[in-house]
Amino acid sequence: MSGFFKSSIGRKYAMALSAFFLMFFLLQHFAINILSVFSPNAFNEASHFMGTFWAVQYLLQPVLIFGVIYHFVMGFILEIKNRNARAVNYAKNNGSANSSWMSRNMIYSGLAILAFLVLHFIDFWLPEINTKYIQGDMSGLLGDGEGFRYYEELTHKFVNPIRVAAYVLAFVFLSLHLMHGFSSAFQSAGVTSMRKKKLQTFGKVYGIIIPLGFIFIALFHHFNH
Amino acid sequence: MNLTLKIWRQSDANDKGKMVDYKVTEISEHMSFLEMMDVLNEQLINKGEEPVAFDHDCREGICGMCSMFINGEAHGPDRGVTTCQLHMRMFKDGDTITIEPFRAKAFPVIKDLVVDRSSFDRIQQAGGYISVNTSGNTQDANGTLISKHAADEAMDAATCIGCGACVASCKNASAMLFVGAKVSQYALLPQGQIEAVDRVKNMVAQMDLEGFGNCTNTGACEIECPKGISLENIARMNREYLSANVKG
Repeated sequence: MSGFFKSSIGRKYAMALSAFFLMFFLLQHFAINILSVFSPNAFNEASHFMGTFWAVQYLLQPVLIFGVIYHFVMGFILEIKNRNARAVNYAKNNGSANSSWMSRNMIYSGLAILAFLVLHFIDFWLPEINTKYIQGDMSGLLGDGEGFRYYEELTHKFVNPIRVAAYVLAFVFLSLHLMHGFSSAFQSAGVTSMRKKKLQTFGKVYGIIIPLGFIFIALFHHFNH
Repeated sequence: MNLTLKIWRQSDANDKGKMVDYKVTEISEHMSFLEMMDVLNEQLINKGEEPVAFDHDCREGICGMCSMFINGEAHGPDRGVTTCQLHMRMFKDGDTITIEPFRAKAFPVIKDLVVDRSSFDRIQQAGGYISVNTSGNTQDANGTLISKHAADEAMDAATCIGCGACVASCKNASAMLFVGAKVSQYALLPQGQIEAVDRVKNMVAQMDLEGFGNCTNTGACEIECPKGISLENIARMNREYLSANVKG
């Protein structure tokens, strides 16, 4: 296997594997967040479990961080290499005649998602790391000790309409990225042709339903609190 | 019909090159695109100007030589055809048509619309072959049973004429549809199994060495391919490549 991940196809596999992991994470993230709409208690319990269970914190979280960084860094490296593969651009190139806008602009939807992740990390991840690992408070309780803090923190973040708008916009870009990325990952991993009807349908359903669900959660908390 | 042509002119590989406008008259809608280019060149020669250099050979969609990027698409706006099979009825009187060479770092321009696609030859030489016993006791080809499904898929892959439209259409100038087809046509058949591991590894290594871009699965190659080579061939090549690397 030496040199596999340095080859063009090896890198396709690596991008696909990191994409599979990120798409699975996204599904799990959505499954927990949607609980906040139906049951604040269930959301608190699930968040506390994910935030304190050792396997999630010390195994899955590092893998997730590595997966995110790898997907972005390799995405940029491949983009630069791909741009260099055509030294002179066409005077006229009718890309829309043979490919979707999403497939041709993954780098831009990816950049929008990266910008969102910076905001998202500042909003949630960094305060969480600060509370748990710097201040050492693993209780997950509110300052007054009455109940868990997770639901309160979530709803508090969605009060600001500018932040909500940024989240909604980011999820639109996430949807555009997934609309191509989902079936593309299966094609890259050699599972099947991305033209397979069922794969395309499932990819589009996933790419629309999940981001739309996140948008719903953000709007729900904005208008209900 | 009368047309305005915007054509890439480049005197040699070292020339910077530029788009030049030409008027061409009395073009029949029944002409092929290359016949229209012949008329233009006749008109240029009659005026004492340098004719436009372009590749062509069989003019019946088999040789894969006529590499032109017409109005932003490899082999023009029609589907499943090479430039020589593209008819002028696809255009209207008064149209402006932009004609460029296939663009890729691995396909350097030789002159005007002629590009050097010997990178494809080198990929093929790296592994696109099988061992055949030619000692006089050659086995009858029909003696080896092959399922119809595998035979059909191998034949579909083998229809690739190596024209380079996949590279020209891909936003990354990737050659993976070409290499996928060449790997697949042997991978699907028992005769291709002897060199299977080395074939895919060597062909992919040569492809990377030639400077083609990486496939990002836009699917443009499949749409623009004059022979309808399927993306399934790229997925199969990826599987073959992983399997070859696991085997060592």
